[in-house]
Amino acid sequence: MTAFPELSIAAAGKGLEAGDFTAEELTRACIEALESGRDLNAFITETPDIALDRAKASDARRADGRAAGPMDGIPIAIKDLFCTEGVLTTAGSHILDGFTPAYESTVSANLKDSGAVMLGKTNLDEFAMGSANVTSYYGPVKNPWKGPGGKDLVPGGSSGGSAAAVAGGLCPGAIGTDTGGSIRQPASFCGIVGMKPTYGRCSRWGIVAFASSLDQAGPLTRTVEDAAIMLGAMAGHDAKDSTSAPIDVADFSAGLGEGVKGMKVGIPKEYTLDGMPAEVEALWRQGMDWLKGQGAECIDVSLPHTKYALPAYYIVAPAEASSNLARYDGVRYGLRVEGSTLDDMYEATRGEGFGDEVRRRVLIGTYVLSAGYYDAYYRQAQKVRTLIARDFTEAFEQVDVLLTPTAPSAAFAIGEKMDDPVAMYLNDVFTVPASMAGLPAISVPAGLDGDGLPLGLHLIAKPFDEVTLFRAASALEQAAGFDAKPGARPSTPQGGAS
Amino acid sequence: MTYLISGESGDWEVVIGLEIHAQIVSEAKLFSGAATAFGAAPNTQVSLVDAAMPGMLPVINEHCVAQAVKTGLGLKAKINLHSVFERKNYFYADLPQGYQISQYAEPIVGEGTVILDMPDGETREIGIERLHMEQDAGKSLHDQDPKRSFIDLNRSGIALMEIVSKPDLRTPEEAGIYLRKIRTILRYLHTCDGNMEEGSMRADVNVSVRHPGEDLRTRTEIKNVNSVRFVMQAIEYEAERQVEAYESGEDVVQETRQFDSTKGETRPMRAKEFAHDYRYFPDPDLLPLVLSQDLVDHIATLIPEMPDEIKQRFMADFGLSANDSGVLVADMDTADYFEEVANGRDPKQAVNWVTGNLFGALKKAGLPIAESPVPPESLGELLDLVEDGTISGRMAKEVFEEMMATGKDAADIVEEQGLEQITDGAEIEAFVDRVIAENQDQAADVRNGKEKTIGWFVGQVMQATGGKANPKMVNELLRKKLSG
Repeated sequence: MTAFPELSIAAAGKGLEAGDFTAEELTRACIEALESGRDLNAFITETPDIALDRAKASDARRADGRAAGPMDGIPIAIKDLFCTEGVLTTAGSHILDGFTPAYESTVSANLKDSGAVMLGKTNLDEFAMGSANVTSYYGPVKNPWKGPGGKDLVPGGSSGGSAAAVAGGLCPGAIGTDTGGSIRQPASFCGIVGMKPTYGRCSRWGIVAFASSLDQAGPLTRTVEDAAIMLGAMAGHDAKDSTSAPIDVADFSAGLGEGVKGMKVGIPKEYTLDGMPAEVEALWRQGMDWLKGQGAECIDVSLPHTKYALPAYYIVAPAEASSNLARYDGVRYGLRVEGSTLDDMYEATRGEGFGDEVRRRVLIGTYVLSAGYYDAYYRQAQKVRTLIARDFTEAFEQVDVLLTPTAPSAAFAIGEKMDDPVAMYLNDVFTVPASMAGLPAISVPAGLDGDGLPLGLHLIAKPFDEVTLFRAASALEQAAGFDAKPGARPSTPQGGAS
Repeated sequence: MTYLISGESGDWEVVIGLEIHAQIVSEAKLFSGAATAFGAAPNTQVSLVDAAMPGMLPVINEHCVAQAVKTGLGLKAKINLHSVFERKNYFYADLPQGYQISQYAEPIVGEGTVILDMPDGETREIGIERLHMEQDAGKSLHDQDPKRSFIDLNRSGIALMEIVSKPDLRTPEEAGIYLRKIRTILRYLHTCDGNMEEGSMRADVNVSVRHPGEDLRTRTEIKNVNSVRFVMQAIEYEAERQVEAYESGEDVVQETRQFDSTKGETRPMRAKEFAHDYRYFPDPDLLPLVLSQDLVDHIATLIPEMPDEIKQRFMADFGLSANDSGVLVADMDTADYFEEVANGRDPKQAVNWVTGNLFGALKKAGLPIAESPVPPESLGELLDLVEDGTISGRMAKEVFEEMMATGKDAADIVEEQGLEQITDGAEIEAFVDRVIAENQDQAADVRNGKEKTIGWFVGQVMQATGGKANPKMVNELLRKKLSG
């Protein structure tokens, strides 16, 4: 039998239902895996006591015939950007030192209500700002996959801890947040499924804000089915978040296994980049062939404003962040570094409390909103954003989903691109456009590169059409048959990267 | 009414615009459910949102939106069906979010008009530029500890309306009348209680001076003035200061100033206190505020009869002067009170009683008209007793004092104390005869043409009757008996 923490959520759920094992057994196995996997630095805070309490409560419910649904008794990890009642919440930042919320984020509360068992809080880039999980105050996360010569690789970011935990077999699922690719890109780097729902599908209430108009919570899992199951337990309208959509939670699993016969898959020509590794492009072609092989029709489409998405994103997101992070001032909670005046205290606290990348983005954001620059940067970026959204709307008049690569490369070594923020930002080049348009998107592990490292393919769907997204993703997953595992790599790379 | 400051280079005209911050009457704050009661212990009315805890999000209070729309309609202003909340970014210890949520480029209410009732009975129209909603900051307490400042977040997030006038005001008095008129309108609408002492209304005053006919010159802004009197004083001082500056060849600097009420002067705020680049941008936590015309139409049905309309009606229906009407409608309770007294009675009497005796007695007792010990129906009955001759006007004043003191009805007091007027001619004649008999010398004076002494006789007869004789009948009888 597969080791407990390596089970999919669906399989674990069936085992619990059949009485093959208890939630407590499953949880204890995950807690042990967490302990033996600590070298990944995937967790900032482990919560074994809470986990066992919830697992026992789940077993009691099940014994009473009151099991809450497919997530009941499933151990999961929570990105440390979600506020969790009574549990240290850091956002990966020094500035939130000792901050223990008196409230539970809506998404983690929904999961709790569905019976999910919280194992702990996962590491992340500071305030979710990063694409390699190297900006955390709590140190970098290691990708369970190793590079040539056993080199330590980044897991991607910002939800790097969540991705590494799932890929490393520490837990069957985790939640992350995605602002410009922070779920999908680490999922691609770690060889797992990562899904960003439509903006407004999941409540942002209780999630430490990075860029409010872009932030969305989503699942990181081993299978597409698991992502659909988890999202079902996370999503829903929340009156406490004005941007939460008043739309009922769909049965996200509805289209799984139905195949893609007759589905129209758009291939945006602008996603071919100069200097993109051949294996990424080859995998993309392979993905088209897989879907065509199952009866889908691939159609070339154009998203003409794609090239402006990344620059516009790096104006809009820092602008919002500069304002969202103003509340970390040392006055009410978290770190305070004393100063002789109020301004001195602000400067000392924020200077010491924020890392380089956060400071960089606060400065960029402040600059683009400043008098005299607002029109040239922020306003212009918002116009670009409207045009990007229109590109997608027009493309979706012809097609049901779009297929692209998730990231322009596989995972790179820890320490690489550290001194070149622009190279780092390019990691999100394929994921950012969907974020700017608020569209649901998913990364599915599809193949390995020449070094035997995982690569993902990326699907984007219409707003609130997660059902179609999951349907296409499950077909892609089936065709790719990705079953490589870190540390147990086949000698011949799979997929299109041969 | 002209208000010109004379200088060596000629006369100077003052140009004034007011930004009034009015706290919206609401149980809950603009973006959170926390309570808003005045005077609560520090930091007892603070939600997670008001304290800007991580991950907290604002949710608009629809009641406050309706209040803003109602106010806009009361100011005869354009209601914008699409408006946007923006963030005004600056750091201060009592601003937990590091930004104030306000409206900037797209406010909920656009241009409107306010009519001022001037003391000479004339009216003046003042333009409203806009009205927008915003949240208040908390309060910094610097006097609790020698070294530290304390923060009270009870006010943090409280809903305010900022009502911006056009620079149409020309005198300190006009500014005072404008401020009072806005307060009257807000109180009629019940959208702001107008209590400046409690901070529910305060004004930023923009002042500049110019030679009549010139373009506008540089203005200064006097922040947070919290009484009508101070607004007028601040303008007087600031206008004089600017004139002196120009006359001595200096320039007026565009700056933010504060008014020192103990010294009666304005002075510049430290540059740090206002030199902000607020970096406004639309708040991504909030969707644009979209109203339906149906909602606006519905709110319009909730607008009571407004003071300008009541004033016109009082002038038309009761024949009151513009001035009397203006005084009565300045307060909704007074207008209601008056109307109840005046209905079916002599309006002139009603005005005199309400604005004279009643106002005086209430002022002495320190009571608002709504808590008057003499309710309008009782005052009306008192007037009826005068009108039908039961008591004299003079006696009515005494009865009224008694009513104020005891809360009893006029009729009861008159009966208990036997104050009915003596209107029986024979009874009065007996008194008149007795008084003449007792004062033969003075009677001779009258007969010899000393008219004035008749008045003295009236007084004597009234005194003899304990003030109860009908003075008109006394007068007539005396004239008849002493003429000849």
